[in-house]
Formats: sequence, structure tokens, C-alpha cells
Amino acid sequence: MNGASNPFLPTRRQVLEGSSAVALVMTSRLAEAAPAATGAASLNATEPVAFDLTINGKQTALRLDTRTTLLDALREHLGLTGSKKGCDHGQCGACTVLVNGRRINACLSLAVMHQRDDVTTIEGLARGDDLHPMQAAFIERDGFQCGYCTPGQICSAVGMLQEARAGWPSHVTADVAMPRAPLTDDEIRERMSGNICRCSAYPNIVAAIRDAAEKA
Amino acid sequence: MQPFTYERATSVTEASASVSKHPNAKFIAGGTNLLDLMKLGIERPAHLVDISRLPLNQIETQPDRSMRIGAQVTNSDLAVHSHVRTHFPLLTQALLAGASGQLRNKASVGGNLLQRTRCPYFYNTHTPCNKRVPGSGCAAIGGFNRANAILGTSTSCIAVHPSDMAVAMTALGAQIETTNATGQTRKLGIGDLYRLPGTTPQIETSLTPGEMIVAVHLRPPPRGKQIYRKVRDRASYAFALVSVAAIVEQRNGRVASSRVAFGGLAPRPWRAEAAEQMLRNGKTDPATFSAAAEHAFAEARTEGSAGFKLELAKRTLCQTLAVAAT
Repeated sequence: MNGASNPFLPTRRQVLEGSSAVALVMTSRLAEAAPAATGAASLNATEPVAFDLTINGKQTALRLDTRTTLLDALREHLGLTGSKKGCDHGQCGACTVLVNGRRINACLSLAVMHQRDDVTTIEGLARGDDLHPMQAAFIERDGFQCGYCTPGQICSAVGMLQEARAGWPSHVTADVAMPRAPLTDDEIRERMSGNICRCSAYPNIVAAIRDAAEKA
Repeated sequence: MQPFTYERATSVTEASASVSKHPNAKFIAGGTNLLDLMKLGIERPAHLVDISRLPLNQIETQPDRSMRIGAQVTNSDLAVHSHVRTHFPLLTQALLAGASGQLRNKASVGGNLLQRTRCPYFYNTHTPCNKRVPGSGCAAIGGFNRANAILGTSTSCIAVHPSDMAVAMTALGAQIETTNATGQTRKLGIGDLYRLPGTTPQIETSLTPGEMIVAVHLRPPPRGKQIYRKVRDRASYAFALVSVAAIVEQRNGRVASSRVAFGGLAPRPWRAEAAEQMLRNGKTDPATFSAAAEHAFAEARTEGSAGFKLELAKRTLCQTLAVAAT
């Protein structure tokens, strides 16, 4: 198919116009950025910033570039590579960790914004050699194939069960005013939709979460 | 990501003053939209003011059931609040229809209102986009535009406002409370917060530089049944092709009052006053709903592959009204 006649592809001209426009905006933004750095007196954009985090129960002092995401802080600076980088845009859930007990995407959060927060990663779920019940259920039910999404799935499922126990409704709950919806497979699937598994191990993931929910 | 300086705000006025003082500064709260855009080089702030720890995370309810929702309340906390679930189920339904559990735990109410469009050409820095680079053109017009707008568009922009929450708040007639750098506060209707693209699609709201959303006010819940219906390409975790927020008060088989708003169809959450007028005192039957749908979309303009949305929107409206009117 000829690119110029395909409505789904930009024309060559559009691409050229687009790139020159982008180049222009970059130049003008750089010009804007200069006074900001000097005007901010003590603040320098390239200067690392110091802050504290509690990670898996251990208080940790960090000094990082402001641009560092929580995910990169864990993986690149603390050696905690259990949390995975999938899409890096909050779409796949592989980076899911628990912050102050709640599941979030570590890739869409700046590390510096987590000053004094309590972060739990997949490495922090087990108690010594005793696996967390959710980890044990994933093994028991074979809730994975390649395993890349698994740490995110498990952290997300742990956070999700806490939400369900607190009586939170979901998009598939028939009556959101109902105090506590039963955790059906449909509920589990909806509540876990922020975690993608490209091996499509979903039936076993749902079974593992169902088991862990029943045992708890 | 372009380097930026970071500041953790300790007061609302200080945060507002800082953003208005620094050139190219932005507030950051949940960051779920802003950081995504910064990684792609679409947003390039030189200074970030972190407002996530300001004391704006309270939900206050009154005996008349009206509410004041702090702008830093997370989407999750708002969705699951017992007062909201009981008296504003429309808002809970809309919030839970949006994003994923992880994102809702992080995203703030203020940030949800101010999130940017997901138009693929706004995201693709190699194509023209008047919203991203004013004057560069609109690649969505004549491009891959099946998810784009059919109401309120201009020849400069056909992007859609992506929020679900804001659609419910529009149907509920929410008021937005803001503070500026000098500590002045004002309240504006949610309809006055958003601007249509016209020739300046890069200007999306009526907020002034440094003006911060501090709360959303909801009046006592309107009478009638509240329904939020979202239609999308997959069953969960996707933006709306069409969404309808409807509140219908039915009396003796007739529509006593109604409020209708659309999502996924316009550059801002779209209050369908034309449909509400057609519904008034009409029988709660398919003929009335169909007439309301024709009225609601009399001005619709479909662009390329978004044509299917017109029929989809009319049918979704009729179906939602039928459920709300029972």
C-alpha cells in the first residue's frame, strides 16, 4: 500500500512539518528553562536531591536525580530488580508495588515524592523462608509462564485483596452502595485489569487469587 | 525527560505563588498523567511543585448531603466513600469505570479534571498537533481518528477529553474551587472550567497561571436515578468511545427532571442541555428518548472514521435513559 494514500499513516510532508515544529519548540523551551534554573536560587535541576524511604521495613537514605522514578530507584539504585519495567507508562502493571499499603505503578511516580513513605516490593512479601500466601498460591496454581509480570501481579493481588476486604466496590459490582460485594471471578478479573500477562496465564492467576482470598 | 527542579509545597498559597513565579513550572500531584507525558517529551516543565501532601485530602459532607471534595483526594478514596456510594452512585460508577486500581490509588481529583487528551497525534511527537505545538496543524483530521470528538470540535483540533469522573461531575453540576498566588479564591461551574478548542486548542481551561484547584463542591444530590454507562473497545481499563451520565427523575410515566452529560465525544465533558429540554415532561418511552438523542446530536460533526460514534452515542443515550427512567 502506498503510504501517501493510507489514511492511517502520516504523509511525508506531515512528518517533516512535525519534526521541524518539534525542533522549534525544543529550542524555545531551552531558552525558557535557563532563567528558571538561575532564578530558583538554591535549586539546580541537575543537582541530586536527598530523601528517605522505608523499603521492605528498612529505612533507606537516597540521593537521586529528580527525574528518577520509584521503579528506577528500586531497580537501578537499590538492586531490587523484582519489580519489573514493562511499558514504563502505567499500562502493564509489571512495576506494581505497595506504598503505605496501597498498590501503585512505581513507573509513574517520582522517587523524590515518596519521602518517608513505606514501600513494599515483591522482595518484601515473604517472612524469611515462608512465602506470602499469595506467592504460595501462584506457585500452587501455576499462575505464570515466563514470569515477567508475576511480581507485579502478586503485589497487585495483595493490594487488591486488602481493597476488597475493606469493602471497596468495582466497575462490575452491580450495586456500588452494597457494603461488600462477593469476590467472584468477574470481580477478580476487573480488579486486576491493570496487570497484563502476555503469556495469558489469566485463568491460573484468577485461580491463585481466589485461593489466597479464601484462605485468608 | 528534561531536567527539572523539585519543590515540596507546604502551603496552597506558596505552591500557587511558586508556579506563577517560575517560568514553565507545573503542579504535580498523583503524576500519573504528567509523568507519562514528561517521559515522552510532550510536557517539559523546568520546575515541579509537589502539591500531593497539601492538606487538601478531606471529604466533607453536610446534613443536606452536599459535599466538598479536596482536590488531593485520590480517585479511589472518592469512589469508595460511603456518602458518595450512597448518594452520588453516578460518581462512584464513573470513577470505577476509569483507569486501573493502581492508577486510581495514585491519581488525584484535581489531576483527573486537568488530565490531557489521549489523541494519538498529541502523543506522537513526529506528527503535527495544534495542542502540542500551536500552529503546527492537526494530523487527526484526515488521520486515524475513530476515537476522536464529534461535538465541540474546530478545524484546529478534534481531541477528546478523556475523563470519566468529570462527566459525572458535569451531570451533577459540580463547582470548582480554586486559589491563586495572592491567596484569592473563586468558584466556577465545571462547565466554565473547560474551554472549547477554537483556534487555540493548547488552552484547555480558564485557569490563570498558578491558579490551583483546591476542591470540588457538589450540591445535594438531584432527585432521580443515576446511571453512568461507558462503552469502550474492551471491557476494562480503556478510555471511552462513548459514555453517558444520566440522572432521570420519573413521575407517573413521565420525565419530571433530568441531567445528561457525555464523555468520549467532545473536547470537554459535554452537558447535553438540548437532550434535557426534549426529555422534560415527555413519556418515559423509546420515542421520547430517541427524540432526545436526535436533539442532542443535531450539531454533531463526524470526522473520518469517527462516524460510527454518532449512532453508537445515540443508542447508548437511549439505553441509559431507559434504565435511569425505570
